[in-house]
Amino acid sequence: MPHVQVALAAAGFRRYATYRQAALAGAFTNVVFGFMRCYILLVVAAQAGGSVGGYTGPQLVSYVWLGQGLLAVVNSWTQLDLAERVRTGDVVADLLRPINPLWTYLWTDLGRAGFAMVTRFIVPVVVGAIAFGLYVPRHLLTYPLFLVSTALAVLVCFACRYLISLTAFWMLDIRGVTMFWVFVSGAASGLYFPLAILPGWLSAVLWVATPFPALMQAPLDVAVERGGLAHGLLVTGGQLVWVVLLLLACRWVQHNAVRKLVVQGG
Amino acid sequence: MIISASGLRKEFTVTRKAGRFRRERHVVSAVDGVDLRVERGELLGYIGPNGAGKSTTLKMLTGVLTPSGGEVTVCGIEPVAKRTTLARRIGVVFGQRSQLWWDLPLGESFSLLRHIYRVPAGDHATRLRQCSDLLGLDEFIETPVRQLSLGQRMRGELTAALLHGPEVLFLDEPTIGLDVLSKQAVRGFLAELDARGDTTVVLTTHDLADIEKLCRRLVVIDHGRVVHDGTLDELHARYRSRRTIVADLDTPWPPNLKIPGAEVTTVEADGRRVTLALDGLAAGQVVAALAQAVALRDLSVQEPQIEDVIARLYRDAD
Repeated sequence: MPHVQVALAAAGFRRYATYRQAALAGAFTNVVFGFMRCYILLVVAAQAGGSVGGYTGPQLVSYVWLGQGLLAVVNSWTQLDLAERVRTGDVVADLLRPINPLWTYLWTDLGRAGFAMVTRFIVPVVVGAIAFGLYVPRHLLTYPLFLVSTALAVLVCFACRYLISLTAFWMLDIRGVTMFWVFVSGAASGLYFPLAILPGWLSAVLWVATPFPALMQAPLDVAVERGGLAHGLLVTGGQLVWVVLLLLACRWVQHNAVRKLVVQGG
Repeated sequence: MIISASGLRKEFTVTRKAGRFRRERHVVSAVDGVDLRVERGELLGYIGPNGAGKSTTLKMLTGVLTPSGGEVTVCGIEPVAKRTTLARRIGVVFGQRSQLWWDLPLGESFSLLRHIYRVPAGDHATRLRQCSDLLGLDEFIETPVRQLSLGQRMRGELTAALLHGPEVLFLDEPTIGLDVLSKQAVRGFLAELDARGDTTVVLTTHDLADIEKLCRRLVVIDHGRVVHDGTLDELHARYRSRRTIVADLDTPWPPNLKIPGAEVTTVEADGRRVTLALDGLAAGQVVAALAQAVALRDLSVQEPQIEDVIARLYRDAD
């Protein structure tokens, strides 16, 4: 891998590694909410005869605790710096580098996700495993497939957030778009509840026509082997398609944004 | 010629409310036909009042803003079309923007830039050493950028802009908000850079001391047009800037008294303080004539103020 990508990813990693107390506080919050969600879902499952939306007890535990861990890795709630830099005009510095800002932000975000993986992901998963016991995959291949699916989820989420940031070129204040995104990406990605509990047609539309399930539900389903390994491969393939489509969209929108560029505060 | 612009124009469309639902569109001309030729190794002061079009010109020269008209090349390259190619050959510091990574130590920003610009490790180390020696970076190179003072950050920004060995350095108000010592450090560094002669510098500033100490050539822009292109001395000559003598007297100034080679401009303090502008005669001769005509208590000779001449230039252009 060329040096510049490694250097950017390392910078992203180090940038977040600076804030260790924030990482610890974030992991603690994830754990607290993990307990709440886990107890609620297990009670619902007990009332419903042992499963919810086709997820058995251990699968639900894994769904909750891996989800709590992935929250900071995928990072759908935090916007990229790009939007703020467009608003303040600092984006000029990004455009004056001999590298496409899309790749600068992407590699930096991968570094950030790497740091989140070794801190924010590990803590809730270990707590969940000790307190409840996680689902143990039957296939060895599930482990690397989960990592691939998680990496793709990070990329899908990055591309979505990059597109949201790019709207700042037209709107300057993107708080409205961000609020809409936080709501939809939470509800439609399987973060709040497994998408399987939705009506069949709605769940199908979300899976086929939107990238949201690729953010959370996809890696979580891979981890709990919902539908078996073949289904996991299909889901991961779908994520890959979304990554390609969304990054192409990012390039196209960025091209247009830069073309109409009027740097603020000139 | 390293920078060439002819008839450079930039117009912005601004929408204004003209009723409850109606909006009117107005075209505002930020840069209106600027011609500029800069030779390799020059240090050019590009000045003008707020809103004159300085930053807009700089953005067009660096390729982040598409001109509405005219032609421009920098290092023989058309900036907007080849922005990323040009980025390797120019350095830019916007005084109110940052190109450093906020959360990382300054030194890590520098090594990241080395990778981004693909600078050989040896060249990077040499340039960093030079900048560090001149700007005194060593004491804060391990400090995260967010903890740097404005003066320290600006020294970091200057270094960041030079590590890839750019042919042209664009500086947009690099001394804005700096204290006296930091300003001196930045000016000293730019003077050194100018003396070496291998980097062309285009400097926009409101700090007239920057201009006086650094810029041999001055391009003044107002309302998007060039209103002066020449040396500071030429600007003084154009506005007939004159040295002045301020004299405090024991007795009031006789109303009709004339001193050869000087013009009385103000009489204050009940006639006990008089200001005379010199019309080309040596100050000594005028002082001698003055001492013979009136009883002098105190006296000072003042050089023409650059503030005055620049203010007159801006006023004239209005």
